[in-house]
Parts: sequence; structure tokens; C-alpha cells
Amino acid sequence: MEIYLPIADLPVNILVLLAMGLAVGFISGMFGIGGGFLMTPLLIFIGISPAVAVASVTTHIAASSMSGAISYWRRRAIDVALCMMLLAGGIIGTAFGVWLFTFLRSIGQLDITIGISYILLLDIVGALMVAESVRAILRAREGKPAELRRPGSHTWIHGLPFKLRFKRSRIYVSAIPVWAIGFVIGFVGAIMGIGGGFLLVPMLIYLLRVPTATVIGTSMVLTLITMASATVMHAATNHLVDALLALILMVGGVTGAQFGARAGQKMRGERLRLLLGLLVLAVGIRFALDLMLRPADLYSIRPLEANT
Amino acid sequence: MMSIRRLVRLLVAGTLAVLPPGPAMAERLVASLSNHRVMVTSSFTGEELVLFGGIEMNGAAAQPHSGYDVIVTATGPRETTVTFRKARMLGFWVNADSRIFEDAPDYLAVLSNRQLDAIASSETLRRLQIGLDNIRLPQRASVNIAAGDSDDPFRRAFIRIKNERGLYREVSNGVTFLAPTLFRASIPLPAEVQVGTYEVDVRLFANGAQIARTPAPFEVAKSGFEQVVSSAARDHGLIYGLATAMMALATGWLASVVFRRD
Repeated sequence: MEIYLPIADLPVNILVLLAMGLAVGFISGMFGIGGGFLMTPLLIFIGISPAVAVASVTTHIAASSMSGAISYWRRRAIDVALCMMLLAGGIIGTAFGVWLFTFLRSIGQLDITIGISYILLLDIVGALMVAESVRAILRAREGKPAELRRPGSHTWIHGLPFKLRFKRSRIYVSAIPVWAIGFVIGFVGAIMGIGGGFLLVPMLIYLLRVPTATVIGTSMVLTLITMASATVMHAATNHLVDALLALILMVGGVTGAQFGARAGQKMRGERLRLLLGLLVLAVGIRFALDLMLRPADLYSIRPLEANT
Repeated sequence: MMSIRRLVRLLVAGTLAVLPPGPAMAERLVASLSNHRVMVTSSFTGEELVLFGGIEMNGAAAQPHSGYDVIVTATGPRETTVTFRKARMLGFWVNADSRIFEDAPDYLAVLSNRQLDAIASSETLRRLQIGLDNIRLPQRASVNIAAGDSDDPFRRAFIRIKNERGLYREVSNGVTFLAPTLFRASIPLPAEVQVGTYEVDVRLFANGAQIARTPAPFEVAKSGFEQVVSSAARDHGLIYGLATAMMALATGWLASVVFRRD
């Protein structure tokens, strides 16, 4: 069943889009990530121009994280205070990222910077997550207690001043690392065009020791706010958001996210982290191969006006 | 750089084109398209336009030529396009080199009733800019605008990629003669065609020379829902963006109500 997309300017199979929305929605609900780093390459693969894909995916992610956030809200699994502190750092990070984006583009080094940062980020984060969760699973198998909250394991991060108590997450940490994490997420989001959920979740878990119970819901609210504003910004400046494409994706996405959120809550924390780590690593390796193997066609064309 | 010989050749060709072509042309071309306005709706998956043409005599006393050939060139809206070439840099394949093609047609179909080189000499084809090898694709290099040889690798790659997408094509059996003076051509428009004005140039050849020519333009436009959405996105970006974001939030909320279990 083909349908013509008004902004992307090409016909696509509506069932293929629905299936993609469902699959990515399931993953995003399960891990509390936006899934943009999965959806954007999929859309480009079926022939949608990168600029339209990036812009429309933000809308899809906003819808997915909205439905996910509501489910977590009902389970009282969202730390609003933590979320607002992250957002405050995120706004500064986004502004700095947009500035660097413009600078790199003016000296003609944007494409390679984006490519290499994708590879480094995905592969390093993926590898770290896989290694850590495998250790945790092995420890559990040997019958040792799961490593939850050891007072002795406090790092230098917990020695920083301006401490704040986040009641819902039951953590007591300095505002500095919270702002710093928000800054990094906003920064890479602006440079790489991603929501950053797959980065935020492990950073909250490993650096701030936020319990798995609240980390996903909190990450979803942050994603919701950033992606909804990104939709408005993309639409107002570049006119590249395809509402019809986004609508089809989000119908699949919100449905998938519901089932994903349930599956995620049933699964044990370290298993969940292992799966997410493997997924991130796989996408990272895929990106690396794309850049390192000799491409089938050395030439490519694109209109001069597009800015992706 | 253009060689002196080539310059002289071009000048001679240009003069010949301006000069009156000897005896008055006996033939006149008439052409009409099956559809002058192609509508892009939500079920648009490409379309095939049919062009009908006839060859008429100018006055009864005129002496008709013996064998006719027809070349139809359909040209889509023009768009400045960049062609990139990748090269290996620090182990990564990156876009290292690029050429900008000024106002290259987004769509180009060259349809004829037999092979182009059988209809006219390559010299004539080049002068009239007929065929994928001869169309003008001016490049904007970093310093000057060069015409770009037909064996330039960037030009060849550009045409090849357009051809793979079905946007550039040369069909040597695209024109069919139904009767000695009546012909039909089908112009295939793939789903990816851009909206805008398309020029169709119908040329009549006899004995290797062009003897008549007529235009038959058409338009590709969005209609109905597609038109409403694309004009809203273009003219009222902020409102469109806010509405799209609200739609996303509403969809997310609706899903959580529908799927609520607890």
C-alpha cells in the first residue's frame, strides 16, 4: 500500500513505515531511549533524504517518549527534579553545540566530524555497557549479591560541592555532574542530531548511581521536551518536517513503546543494559564499516540547498 | 581550455544555425500531450505521459522529405546539484572532492524512434545539445565556470546516478510511428519527480538534419492533501511545527489511554 509523502516528495509503503515504527518504538519503550539513532538510518535506507529523515524523526520520538513518559509517570518512576536540572545544563550544551556546528560547517569539516563522533561514541559507549553488564551477570550467576548501592564505591563525583537531594531517585549528589551530563547530552544532540537517550541512561546509572527504576522514566521526559522543541525548530527554520511521515511512524511507535515499556520492566537491570549495549555497539560497528570499507559507488549527488 | 579548432568549429556551427536553411521548410509539426497538468496526490506512484504528434505539409506544392525521424526531449525543473567523490582519508572514506552543477535539470528524457547516432551526425547532435552525452551541464568550479567535457568523471557520475534513479534516460524506441506522418511518444515520470514546469521539445529530422520543431510543456503539481500540507509547511513553518508537535503529544497521550491496563 503506497502513500505519497508531501514533504519527502516520494511514495513509500505505509506497512513498511508502520513496522519500522513498531520495532523502533518497542526498543525505545524498553530502554527509555528515543531511538533516533536507529530510525534515521532506516528512513535514509528506504530513500528519504537525510534532512527530512532527521527532522521528521524528532516528531516521531516526541510521540513515542510522550506515551512512554505517561506510563512511567503512573508508576511514579520519574524524577522531575533531576530532569529539570539536566534540562538546565542541556540548554547551555545545545547552544554551544549549535555554535560549533556552524563553525565546523564554515571550515568544511562537518561531515567527517559527525561520522567519526558517531563511531567513537556508539562503539565506546556500547563496549563499556556490554563489558559492565556481562560482569554483573557473571557475578549474579556466581551467587554473589547484585552490586546495588555500595557506600564504599563513591567516586570523586560524590565529593563535589553544591549537593542536592533527589528524593524520587534516592540519591544525594552535587549539582555539578548533573549539569555537566545535561550539557554533554545537549551538546552531542545539537552536533549529531540525536536525542541522546542511549548516552544519558548509562551516564545516569554509572556516574550518578541513579537506580534503574527511575532512570528510564526520567530520560524519557528529557527526550520528550528536547524532541518536541526540536520539531518546532526544524519546522520553523528548515521546513523539513513531514507530518504525514511522522504520523505513520508515531502510530507504530507509540504502540511499540507500550509493549516495550512492559517488557523492560519485567527484565532485570543488567540484562537490559547488556541488550542495549549490544544494540548500540552493533549500530556503531555498522557506521564504522560504512566509513572504512570502500563504498560501492564513490560518487554521490545532492541538491546544493539541502543542509545535512 | 577550449582549443582553437574547437572554437572555430563552434563558430561555424553557430553561423550555420542562424543562416536560413536553403529552401523553405515543407513540414510543420503538431504535438499534444495526454495531460498538461500531472497531479501529485497521496496515491501518486509515477505516471506515464503520452505525446501524440503529426507531421503536416506547409502548402500543397511543397515537396515532402522521404524518411522522418523524431527526437523528443523532456526537461524537468532545474536545480543546482553537487556531485561528491569519496576518497580515503585517515582510513575513512569521506567526500574529498566535489563539483557543483549549475541549474542541472532534475529530470531529463530523450526519446527517439531509433538510435540517436543513426538519426543525425554526432556533430549535429552536439550542436543541438541532444542526448545525455550532449546536454549542457555547466559546472561551477572553485574559480571558473567550465562547460565540462562529456568525458569528465563527475559529469559521467552525475548522469549515471540520475539514470539509476530513473530521472535521466535515453530511450531509442521511445517514439513510435503509427503512420508515416503520425507518431506517439511516452514520457515516463517516476514517483520521485519534482513539482514544477517541464519543457518538452519535439524535433523532426530528415536526412540527418532538423527540419521542424515544436514545444509541448506540461506541469507537475501537488493537489489536495499533499498541496495543503506542503504549502502549510513552507508558508507557516512555526504554526505547522507547533501543530505537528501537538499531534505528536496527542498521539502519545492517546496511546497511553488506549493501552492502559492498570
